[in-house]
Amino acid sequence: MRKHEIRFGMGNEAIAEGAIAAGARFYAGYPITPSSEIADISSVRLPQVGGIFVQMEDEIGSMSAIIGASAAGVKSYTATSGPGISLMQENIGVAVITEIPCVIINVQRSGPSTGLATKPGQQDVMQARWGAHGDHAIIALSPSSVQECYDLTIRAFNLAEKYRTPVCILSDEIVGHMREQFELHGAKEIIGRKQPDPSMPVEAFRPYDFERYEDHIAPLPPFGGRYVYRHTASGHDENGYVTNDKQNANKFIRHYTEKIEKHRDDIVTVEAHCMEDAEYAIISFGCSVRSAMAAMRMARARGKKVGVLKLITLWPFADKEVRAVLDRVKGAIVAEMNLGQVFSEVSRHNDRRIPLVSVGKVDAEIIYPEEILDALEEAARA
Amino acid sequence: MRWDEYLKKERLPSFWCAGCGYGQVMRSLAMALEKTRAALENTVIVSGIGCWGHVDSWMKPNAFHGIHGRALAFATGIKLASPALNVIVVMGDGDGVTIGGNHFIHACRRNVGLTAVVCNNLNYGMTGGQYSGTTPEDSITSTSRYGHIEQSFDICRLAEAAGAHFIARSISENVVATADCIAEGMKRENFAVIEVMSPCTTHYGRNNNMRKPIEMYRRIKSLAVPVGTAAKLSSEQMEGKFVTGILLDRPGEDYFTRYQNNIKVKAQTAAKEEGT
Repeated sequence: MRKHEIRFGMGNEAIAEGAIAAGARFYAGYPITPSSEIADISSVRLPQVGGIFVQMEDEIGSMSAIIGASAAGVKSYTATSGPGISLMQENIGVAVITEIPCVIINVQRSGPSTGLATKPGQQDVMQARWGAHGDHAIIALSPSSVQECYDLTIRAFNLAEKYRTPVCILSDEIVGHMREQFELHGAKEIIGRKQPDPSMPVEAFRPYDFERYEDHIAPLPPFGGRYVYRHTASGHDENGYVTNDKQNANKFIRHYTEKIEKHRDDIVTVEAHCMEDAEYAIISFGCSVRSAMAAMRMARARGKKVGVLKLITLWPFADKEVRAVLDRVKGAIVAEMNLGQVFSEVSRHNDRRIPLVSVGKVDAEIIYPEEILDALEEAARA
Repeated sequence: MRWDEYLKKERLPSFWCAGCGYGQVMRSLAMALEKTRAALENTVIVSGIGCWGHVDSWMKPNAFHGIHGRALAFATGIKLASPALNVIVVMGDGDGVTIGGNHFIHACRRNVGLTAVVCNNLNYGMTGGQYSGTTPEDSITSTSRYGHIEQSFDICRLAEAAGAHFIARSISENVVATADCIAEGMKRENFAVIEVMSPCTTHYGRNNNMRKPIEMYRRIKSLAVPVGTAAKLSSEQMEGKFVTGILLDRPGEDYFTRYQNNIKVKAQTAAKEEGT
């Protein structure tokens, strides 16, 4: 159904279609600009493919419901923007500690609180990483085109299932509402949830026994099958019983970070454009990549050797890839619609202390390529 | 299975205080599972945080022990994704109608086929006896040392106003009556609320001139009026008392059935017409 269809549509539409292509069959959410089209389209499309759409009373309930549905074995997602993401934080921690896969789409808008409800921003990068309390790691992917909205949503579900983790998609108002041609190619690869080895006696199954598995990811059967077990959002042992045992706490709290970091090579993707001969790099993500690409073309037209490093995975951070770029250029720009959230992360990997310039824009307008060109000149002068 | 086979005996005793009513309600819940012949594989107990919210630890069915106040929302996802499951949601008065009050009223209105067992002990026991949304006016609690100045919720009336189809109330010491109420709720396709009045003798009782546990049991019993008797009493005679038994049991279609019969049918017809 709808395979290999070419369509002209907006990023939010591509996200909803990507979720369905990935096999998601449950959406719970609360309306909020600029993400609402994901809910609107999901409410039409999910029942067509046998799925469930439910609009909850708030974002707290929405996040709870998708975790519950996923525990019952159905791939689940929600979509929101800044204020809603803030309300979801406690429950994102629930998905972390219960290791229940789900996908959370944040179509970012500008500013704290209600902020500029209809205007774009990229100000939730650090919140995606550190917003939920307590030590843990998270995966966050950032699309910069409508096609990537589709592709990365499929990838988000695959990573969520593979690593039993919540995965965030950090989109933004520009990418969400931008219309482009995209291909609904169906999912090239769908990663299903690991199930217990059938030879294992039913009583031996333990839902959080990650150490038994080489990849440190325990299988997760759905409620209602042959395995009777507990999920617990409090600190727990392998069986899901609450415990304050210090060795157990040390083991599990480290696990929530290590299980992601251990697989960072599989998770982290970047895209390099014209970096082969580049003397200056523009590092960017999401909607700002489009400004970076335009700036790069304009600079190249003037004979300047400029390349772009596009961060597709924001978390875990592309530290190796960024360091490799900073090791061989004369200077770099970080272009983002916030006051330097990725810039600060990039700076941590600037071992050679080359000139690094932040183009951090928060006036709710997309970055103009000229602003990046100015920054390139500033880097060259430094 | 016999009721006691639903208990995880190897993990007992519970951590509930001597005098607490929750052990009685746990037995009622186990008896309701026996009455409805609930299979362990097919049953999920969804809980939040609080003294009653720990009951899942001592019972054998599947459990989802979530966070404070959100049990109904987790349960909504579980039940809609897997409608054949018996989903029993255990909440206290803090969990259920204070921090979780918004989820509670919308769950009543939405009518997903969950069975909510709300134990009302009039205060937050686990954190040391602070006032909740059901603490009666003038009560002394750890955060109302001068007397509580807020009005309290009546959980059953709240549920009725919010559109619930099945509402019952019991008191913890009436173990069989409570079990019957829970079992009847479980048999309904509709969202069911069973409120169980249960004494917190450690905090609420001692703070409010009921120095011995038995005094709070006597108080609760003296205020409980069976639904048949209540019908014959005037509102003056019912002042300060509460009604027990099945208070409301009206027919209706649950969310999933309506979704299947309306939304899915229309959506799939529309998809066919589009030829996609």
